[in-house]
Parts: sequence; C-alpha cells; structure tokens
Amino acid sequence: MAWETVIGLEVHVQLRTRTKMFCGNRTTFGDPPNTNVCPVCLGLPGALPVPNAEAIRLAVRGALALGCTVHETSVFARKNYFYPDLPKGYQISQFDRPLATGGSVSFDSPERGRMQVGITRLHVEEDAGKLLHDRFPGKTAVDLNRAGTPLAEIVSEPDLRSPAEARAYLTTLRQILVYAGVSECSMEQGSLRVDANLSIRPAGTSRLGTKTEVKNMNSFANVERALEVERARQIALVESGRSVEQVTLLFNAGTGQVKPTRSKEESHDYRYFPDPDLPPLVLTPAWIAEQRAALPELPEAKRARLEAAHALSAKDARVITAEVGLAHYFESVVDAGADPKTAANWVMGEVMTTYNESGSFPVPAARLAELIGLVREGVVSHQAAKRVYSELAQSSDQDPRTAAARLGLVQVSDQGALTGWVDEVLAAHPDEVARFRDGETKLMAFFVGQVMKRSKGKADPKGVQPVLQERLTVAADR
Amino acid sequence: MSGAATARETGARLAKAQPLNAVLHWSQELLDAEGARVDAMPAGSSLAAMPVALKDNIVTVEQPTTCGSRILEGYVSPYNATVVERLRAAGAMIAAKTNLDEFAMGSSTEHSAFGRVKHPLDPSRVPGGSSGGSAALVAAGVVPAALGSETGGSVRQPASFCGVVGVKPSYGRVSRYGLVAFGSSLDCVSVFGRTVDDAARVLSTISGSDPLDATTVDRAPMRVPKALPDLRGLTVGVPKEYFPADLDAGVSTALRRTTEQIQGLGGEVRLVSLPNSAYAVPTYYIIAPAEAAANLARYDGVRYGKRRIGPEGDIRSLYRTTRGEGFGEEVRRRILVGTYVLSAGYYDAYYKKAQQVRALIADDFRKVFDSGIDLLLTPTTPTPAFKAGEKTEDPVAMYLADVFVCPMSLAGLPAMSLPVGRSEGLPIGAQLVAPHFGEELLLAAAQVLERTMDPLAEVR
Repeated sequence: MAWETVIGLEVHVQLRTRTKMFCGNRTTFGDPPNTNVCPVCLGLPGALPVPNAEAIRLAVRGALALGCTVHETSVFARKNYFYPDLPKGYQISQFDRPLATGGSVSFDSPERGRMQVGITRLHVEEDAGKLLHDRFPGKTAVDLNRAGTPLAEIVSEPDLRSPAEARAYLTTLRQILVYAGVSECSMEQGSLRVDANLSIRPAGTSRLGTKTEVKNMNSFANVERALEVERARQIALVESGRSVEQVTLLFNAGTGQVKPTRSKEESHDYRYFPDPDLPPLVLTPAWIAEQRAALPELPEAKRARLEAAHALSAKDARVITAEVGLAHYFESVVDAGADPKTAANWVMGEVMTTYNESGSFPVPAARLAELIGLVREGVVSHQAAKRVYSELAQSSDQDPRTAAARLGLVQVSDQGALTGWVDEVLAAHPDEVARFRDGETKLMAFFVGQVMKRSKGKADPKGVQPVLQERLTVAADR
Repeated sequence: MSGAATARETGARLAKAQPLNAVLHWSQELLDAEGARVDAMPAGSSLAAMPVALKDNIVTVEQPTTCGSRILEGYVSPYNATVVERLRAAGAMIAAKTNLDEFAMGSSTEHSAFGRVKHPLDPSRVPGGSSGGSAALVAAGVVPAALGSETGGSVRQPASFCGVVGVKPSYGRVSRYGLVAFGSSLDCVSVFGRTVDDAARVLSTISGSDPLDATTVDRAPMRVPKALPDLRGLTVGVPKEYFPADLDAGVSTALRRTTEQIQGLGGEVRLVSLPNSAYAVPTYYIIAPAEAAANLARYDGVRYGKRRIGPEGDIRSLYRTTRGEGFGEEVRRRILVGTYVLSAGYYDAYYKKAQQVRALIADDFRKVFDSGIDLLLTPTTPTPAFKAGEKTEDPVAMYLADVFVCPMSLAGLPAMSLPVGRSEGLPIGAQLVAPHFGEELLLAAAQVLERTMDPLAEVR
C-alpha cells in the first residue's frame, strides 16, 4: 500500500534578548552553572515575575514575519508539572489565549515545489533549567542559568508530507526568524529546538492516523533522519498488522534509532490555568502596526529584489539570501560600486568560505569592492586577487592596491617585460614550439600558462597572447 | 523616644508576651541594631522608631522566613520584601516575625507547625487567623502596628477577634513582592494597628506601585486621611445578607449600636443587598486552593528548605517525602483540593465556574456602590473568638468563620475591621468596606467612629 506521511512541527526558539523572560538576569550561553540566577528565576518564596518588554516585542515581530494575527489580548498561563529543572513547579507559558495565531510560511518542497505550511500559533514562554548528569558521579546536578530564558513556541499545522519537506520548512522558518532579528536560531547553542509529530495514513485518505512525537534532534539533518526512521517504523508496524501507539520518542543520533520515553511520564495533566501573577498582556493596535512597519526585509522579498535589481539568477539570489549576513554583505559590496554579478561570484566563493569558517566578514565590503575594481582595471589578475583577499582577511586595515603591490601581485602589461618572459618560455620548450609551428595551435594555452608561471602570475594574460602569437610567427618566417 | 530606647522597651514587652506563642523569630540584638539604624537616620521619617512586627510569610534578610511550616524551617531569604524595604526606609523598626497558620491557611492560627497562638484576653481561645500572631502582638500592646496578610480575611478576622484595627487594602495597592504566595489573585499585605491612625500611617508607607509586582496598580500611594468632624453626607449601606437570624447576639447588638452611631453622627444608613456573597466561601475554597497548589509546588526540596530523601532514593520519592512530611494536614488538604479542581475534566465545573461566580460577587458590590452607597457596614465575624480546638476537626466550620470577609477578598475591595464593643469580655469588630481604592474615605470614616465609640464597652 502507498502511505502518506503527515508531519507537524513544534519549534522553540530563544528570543534574542539580553535578559530573561521575567527577571533581569543575563541570558548568556555557556556561563558557569547557576551564575545567572536571582530570586525570580530560582523560584524563591515571595518572588514574582515581571514580563520582559523586549521579549514580547521580538515575539510579536516573529509572529508578524510568519504572517500571524497578533492578538490584542493574550494570557500567560501556568503549566504545572514537577521536575528538578523547573524551579517553580510550573512553567509560565500561554495556553488558550496565545500571543498570535493563524500564519503561514511558503517554502520550496523538494517533492512538491512551492508549498505553504500553516502556522497554528506562536506563544511566548519561559525555558526550564538543565540537568547535568556528568558533573558528579552517581548524582544529577541542576544548572538554572537557562531557567527563565524567553522562548517563542511556533506550532505548525500538520501540512508537511515528508521528512525532507520538514527539513526544508525548518530551513525557511529559521531564515525568516533570523532575518527578522527574532532569534539566533542556533541548534548547537540550543536557541532552536524541534519536536516533531508524525503519523501515516493510506495515500488518498484524509483521516489522520495516530501520531507520535519525536524529540531530541540536534540538527536539521537529524530531524530529517529521525523522521525517516520513525516513518519507516510506523509503516512496518501497520503493515505487519499492528497499530501505532501515541508515544513520545527520543532520537539517538549515535545509533540512528528512536526509542520511546517511559510512558508514565506521558500521562501528564498540566492543569493549565491563567497565571494570577501576570495581568493579561494587552497590546494596542497602533503598537502592533508599528512593529509591522519596523519589520526588516524578509528573505523572500530580498531574493526577489536582488533578482530584479541586480539581474542575479534565481539560484545565485537564493544562495546569497540564505544567510542574512551574506545578503547584507553582498548589498554593501554592490553599494560600494562593484559589478553585481562579479560581487555575487565573490560572495558565493571566497566570502562564503571565510564566513562559514569564521562566522564573520573580515574584509570590509568597501575593500572587496575596491579589489573587484582592480581586477576590472587589469591591475591584478583574478587569481592574484584571491591572494590579496586572503591577505586583507588577515589584516583588514590595508587597502587592496597597497596589499597587491606589497605582495608583488600587480600585473605587468609592459611589452618589454612580457616579451622577455615569452622568449624565455619559447627557448625552454623547443619541441612544443616546433609542434605549434606544425599546426598544433591548441598549444597556445600551454604557452600562456608557462608565461604566467614564469612571471609568478604577474603577467597580464590579456597582453601575453598577442606577444606569443607574434614571437611564434616571427620565428617561423625566419 | 529614640530607636535605642524603643528597642529595649519592645524587647522587654516581647519577652513578657512569650506565653502567647505569637512570635517565631526575634532577638534583642536585632532589635538593638534596628534601633541604632533608625537613630542614625535623618529626623522626620514618617514612622520614626515605630516598632512593627511582620507575619512570618513576609521575607526578610535578617530573620528566617518559615511561613509556620516545617518545609521552610531555617530558610533565610536573600532579599527583603518590598514592604519591608519601604517600612525600613520610613524609619520603622522590624521588631519580630510572627506566628501564623501554615502558609496562611487557616482562621485560628492553630495550624502552625510551631504551635498555636493564644488569645491575649483568654488563652483558651484562638486569636483568629491566619495572621493570629500579628493580631495578638498588637492586642497585647507589644507593638503599635504589625503586618499580616490576607487571602480571604486573614487580617480582618483576627483583628475582630483580638479587638484591634485590621485593614486590607485594595488588591494591587500594596506590592506582594516578598509576600510568600498563597492565592496570588487574592493575596494582600495588610495592616494591624492599635489605632486607625497607626494602621493608616503604616498602610500609606507600604502602598504604591512596585516594578517588581506586575499586579500593583500605577497610582499615587495612599495618603493618611484628614480627620472628619462627623459622618454627615456619608451614605452607609447595610447588606441584609450579612445579618442572618443566627448571628451571635453580642455581634448583632454591637452592629446595631454602630449603625445608630453612624446615624447619630449624621450619616445615612440604607439597607442594601449583596445576593451572591452567600457563595463567597465555596468560591473562595476553589480559587484559593487552585492557586495555592501551583504556588506551593516550588517547595520540592531541590533548591532550599528541608530536603528529605525518601526510601527509594529517586526524585519522585524525594518529592513525596519532602512534601508529605514537610507540609501539615491543612496545607496538604488544600493542595489536593486545588489539584483536583484544575484537573482535566473538572476545570470547567469547578475553577471556571468559580471564576464566573467571583465576577458575580464583585458585580454585586459594584452595583451597590454605583447606587450612591459610599461605604458598607457588616459584622466582621459571625461570633467572637472561639475556643481552641473547637473547629479543628471540622474544616468547613473553620472556613465559615470567614463568611463575612471572603467576599471582599474575591472582589479585591478595601475593607477593615474596627473594634466596636465587647461581648462577655470578648472583642467584636465591625467591618467597613469601600469601593476600589477608596481607602482614604474608609479610614477617615473609621476614625470618626473610633473617636466616638468605646471599644471596651460591654454590649450585652
């Protein structure tokens, strides 16, 4: 039988604030355990939460970027459960009146082309702390630095139809949230986490099958892997006449397997009720409109604009806009006067390599524009420019022309110098010269290469060929 | 009098009052330090050298904060409650931390893990609760004022039993930051005073919005009201539902006298109706435990307080044992009730319904105040102070001791108890209720009655 896979994702992103959701502690990642804590996020007796206005602003931004309706009134609710990483014995979240509902995200499905995923809701909540099992032998330690970190939970409709589609949606969602400045969306640092719900049903039917929840994936690739595994597991179950049980599964990246958590922990009744410590969150329509107006250009709009304004191919535009930093850098290079197509090639080449390695742009955009200008004027060759770029990346306070000169990479187009190198090459390769004269003209490329080599790349290739042509012909006439 | 001298005299009175068991933490050393601190302050502070006792569910850095519970035995807060900071800044001296029903759950101060508080006039009786320790200390003349807390009448009711002034402000008037939470939508730091003026001065000092409490209301702090010559122009509503046929005879007489006094002072008295107040106690005993069940979840033995690792040695067992042994019976009962009413399938029938009834109760008050009533007058309690042990086996009978004080808590209204006479030697309180943020008129009217009535007069 053919099976259809139905996937919905719950994504938690850490809102990019300096301080926590309900107190003034820092949200820095990687500080020594229990150093960013206070009476509020430790849940000490008598302490009370006060909402972080910046967290609300970022969550609203995120909601607007995902096309959601932001509600003028939303309500914080307590989600009650006991766990050692949860200081108050409840998590402050939102339940029946979330911040925003009803958005959608367009993305490119690898199987179905351009698709839309519905966004059911976006709500704000606080994170729990962390349990450390490896600090003290036989004991579990609690680190509450993360407790109270502001999160937005983004719940999608079950609109995804394959693990690869889930990954593509996540990539797009991440792009949008990073563009909007809502979150760093780093899975390694835990600022983006994914819980996936998956079920299967016979192709062509519409009733949803029993779903399972898969957790503990630490990369988008692993989300795809885990969902592949879970899909196969469900299909095998059903095809062997058994049925899928509603369970929560943990993905183990090492074994590539999913394992159910103990079912007892799943019988939670969270007993949500409105948090009496926090009045309903009321946002004015004017303020929401202000946030909408302040939204930066989002990936799709930027892609379209780059294609239109700079005549970039759809593929190039997609590569360049994949990272908001890359896109901004590209635009700065073009703004500084570089030819867009050349700038695009640089950004997709050297710049992206350095960015992927270091996460930064060591060569200021104006310098790269200057360097591109030097290539166009024939001052340096394209090959030499790459070396100049590396030099600039080491110390960005040099200008490209000086760096090229210091490295001896300024091209030589002086006839005398070129003729000298050409004659040396021809003298060193009498056999090839003879073969060329016998009509093997494709050896021209070989001679050019040799001249470039002998000149240590300094010879202007455009000037080399006419000199070669001339010297080879002259000798034959003799 | 200097802070140093006040410290010595207060210390002597605290030592003498020891048999009441009203105090959980005090030391002469800390009192002397408080005396020295306020003596070093510039002259003219509003509460200069006034010793004030605090219910032991208000956190302080200097003393432990136990909430009358084994689970917090020895716990010392790393920060002071906002009200403590404000009192200290105004020159008040923190005199002692007072005994209470565990986590403020009770109406007699018999549910303290550290023993019951005795009524200052009759040790066989209860002082009321849950702020019984604070009430008893003020009644015994140890301190002129004390802070208590109200969730459903825990200051007005003991004030009535002990014959002192007890004022609950509007919800949102005083910061709850540092008041250990019980029922967060109801909790109010409240004030006991020997006189209306003492209570008013303390209340105005601690009132005002607080950036650390999102439920405080952004409006100017309450001022100490100007004295009124009489009650002319004032219309006082008397809600008929608060005068049932079986009302204690002494209470009934004392209230009748108060009504006559109001009329004698030029006030108009009008019979009114608050029909939904009858549902206040059952409503309260759904909402307060629901909030309490969540508020008390943090006492899990993981981060602070007494940890007891259970027989199995795992985390579930740690929770069970810490909480099972750390909480007393009444607290466990309310956690169970609260957990039940929020459970899947019961939420709508209990919690949601209770919130709807709460809105109806509040609406009754709004309608009455909108009809030209300035203040309401009711008995504070159905009877004078009862005997210790009389109601401990019957939780519902205990809960009904708060029948006249619960409705205002649910409505978030300011209300107070004023001693207006005695019945067979036991104090009787009259309750005055004002519209939201009407504390100034409430206290001004109470002051006129205080000036013209003898709280020690036998009414029978």
